[in-house]
Amino acid sequence: MSTLVITELMDIEGIDGIDTYVKNKGYEGLKKALKEYTPDELIEYVKASGLRGRGGAGFPTGLKWSFVPKNPGKPKYLCVNCDESEPGTCKDRDMVTYLPHQLLEGIAICCYAVGINQAFIYIRGEMLEGYEILEKAVEEAVQRNFLGDNILGTDFSLDVVVHRGAGAYICGEESALLSSLEGERGFPRLKPPFPAVEGLYACPTVINNVETLSTLPAIMRKGAEWYSSLGTERSKGTRVLCLSGHVNKPGNYELELGASMRHLIEECGGGVMGGELKAIIPGGASAPMLTKEHLDVALDFEAIAAAGSMAGSGAVIVINDKTCIVKTCLNLDQFFEEESCGKCTPCREGTKWLVDILTRMVNGHGRPEDIDLLKSVCNNILGNTFCPLGDSATSCIMSAFKYFPEEFEHYAHHGCSILEGKKEMAKS
Amino acid sequence: MSDATAKGLLTEETKTRIRELMAKYPKARSAILPALHVVQEQLGWVPEEAQDEVAQMFEMTPAEVRSLVTFYYMYHRKPVGKYVLKVCRSISCWLRRSEDVEHNLCEHLGIECGETTEDGMFTVVHGECIAACVNAPAIQVNDRFLLDVDPDNVSEIIDRLKAGDPRYPAAVESWKRPEESKGE
Ligand SMILES: Cc1cc2nc3c(=O)[nH]c(=O)nc-3n(C[C@H](O)[C@H](O)[C@H](O)COP(=O)(O)O)c2cc1C
Ligand code: SF4
Ligand code: FES
Repeated sequence: MSTLVITELMDIEGIDGIDTYVKNKGYEGLKKALKEYTPDELIEYVKASGLRGRGGAGFPTGLKWSFVPKNPGKPKYLCVNCDESEPGTCKDRDMVTYLPHQLLEGIAICCYAVGINQAFIYIRGEMLEGYEILEKAVEEAVQRNFLGDNILGTDFSLDVVVHRGAGAYICGEESALLSSLEGERGFPRLKPPFPAVEGLYACPTVINNVETLSTLPAIMRKGAEWYSSLGTERSKGTRVLCLSGHVNKPGNYELELGASMRHLIEECGGGVMGGELKAIIPGGASAPMLTKEHLDVALDFEAIAAAGSMAGSGAVIVINDKTCIVKTCLNLDQFFEEESCGKCTPCREGTKWLVDILTRMVNGHGRPEDIDLLKSVCNNILGNTFCPLGDSATSCIMSAFKYFPEEFEHYAHHGCSILEGKKEMAKS
Repeated sequence: MSDATAKGLLTEETKTRIRELMAKYPKARSAILPALHVVQEQLGWVPEEAQDEVAQMFEMTPAEVRSLVTFYYMYHRKPVGKYVLKVCRSISCWLRRSEDVEHNLCEHLGIECGETTEDGMFTVVHGECIAACVNAPAIQVNDRFLLDVDPDNVSEIIDRLKAGDPRYPAAVESWKRPEESKGE
């Protein structure tokens, strides 16, 4: 499990500067793409690598690019999704902070393949430092003609604008990101039309995650075949897993897809901190919980889905047995309530209801009928919302009901946590 | 129109920066969020008078700008302290005692979350996940990160800020590969 793709260069001193990056084979992938491939061949090449999006849905990257019309008679755009706000997730920030040129190189490769001359990096407002680093990196890359007009003597030109958001989780959802970038509130849009056909300013638009694009330079340098030899049958390559919560060594660990949760938590993370393992949220706050029974599940898209959760953003959150699951659900749903954009009623009202009921339970005023009420609120949200955020708010509760029903029962009937008397890690 | 609006709150420098931002996009309106950041940089918050000036520059109605300032969390709609301490309360930080961080900070400063100290130095707010989850609990001071905060020693943070060291919180150090993932 030692092959590194995305973070291979990350611990080299000064790698955020263009000279050091170039000395370490930086921009070789772009040169190769421009010299040896036509745009169409390049799209096929990325398809062959098996690369899938790392922003959450795992959509095949080359296939996504192929949906963009060749000659639409209007500009095409790339929007780089660096809104990274899914609780548990902090990999894109490392990629932007420490390897900005790897991202810019990936952006250039993508834009050449799709025929795009204007890219925007939508970086969440809270990443002020990342914004400054990217601005500097763009300037350096333009000076060296890796970006800008007639890149490396070809007729391919690319302008990159770094755009600061202003605090709103929903802007990570791709259509909300477009609204926000157009200077509107970050409301999701109805699909279809899909962004590939009608995205930014109603023009064809590719939206890709930072990690997805940051993987491209290595794929170009080392080959699609090499990349697709890593990982599993359907989940190729590596990904950066953000291991957080109750582990001894939290951190961003790059592992080949197919590595198990046990490997990540025990080998990389040095085991569970402060108690025994109770629950694992394997793909960011939106993903349903799993339990210690699932330790041997592989961390790839298919295996996690088969276990009843989702690989999502690659954030693995570990929860020990001193933690109250009902309070955990409350914390998670406070996030979704706060971040619901308010556009549709089931999500706006539903998340509020969930928080109200869970708060009542945690405060000792739960009633036996609250359990059915929670379930019915979840069912009213599920499948009835405009974007996936609404469903995400139900993931924790629905999975907690499955694995830890007694904790809800205890609150409903005794007005206190089942852990009462035992010391809790995260007290409330 | 108040006096301030007549004279205008925004400096020429701010306006120039906003115009430069507008020129970077195919449609100027795309620069509105970055422009409001520039306003906040100058004034420390985004008063309604300043919103109106921005609206004029963008040929938007004041209500349109208002609706953005209320939608996006980062814009302060009232004055804040010199240092805004944003405590992440989302799951990974919560599991590692973010509630104690917030409580101890507030207690030390003698304010409630959301308030500003009387001397105008510190505001404590809570935020949702700030993308530092593997360094929980994490906080931001004026949008710079303080990682792996010790909940039982938050007074040190305040002391260092009071001392006024411009390098604190420092820029992020160079990246260290988490030991275990190397050479498995
Ligand atoms: C509520 C919500 C929040 C999201 N947040 C992010 C995010 O912060 N970053 C990201 O890359 N994708 C996020 N996504 C996924 C994007 O909509 C989109 O699928 C992704 O950026 C596509 O890039 P990829 O194909 O490279 O993965 C989010 C989706 C939803 C529904
Ligand atoms: S599901 Fe929630 S976040 Fe998504 S559009 Fe509806 S209200 Fe907004
Ligand atoms: S949960 Fe606190 S930084 Fe992500």
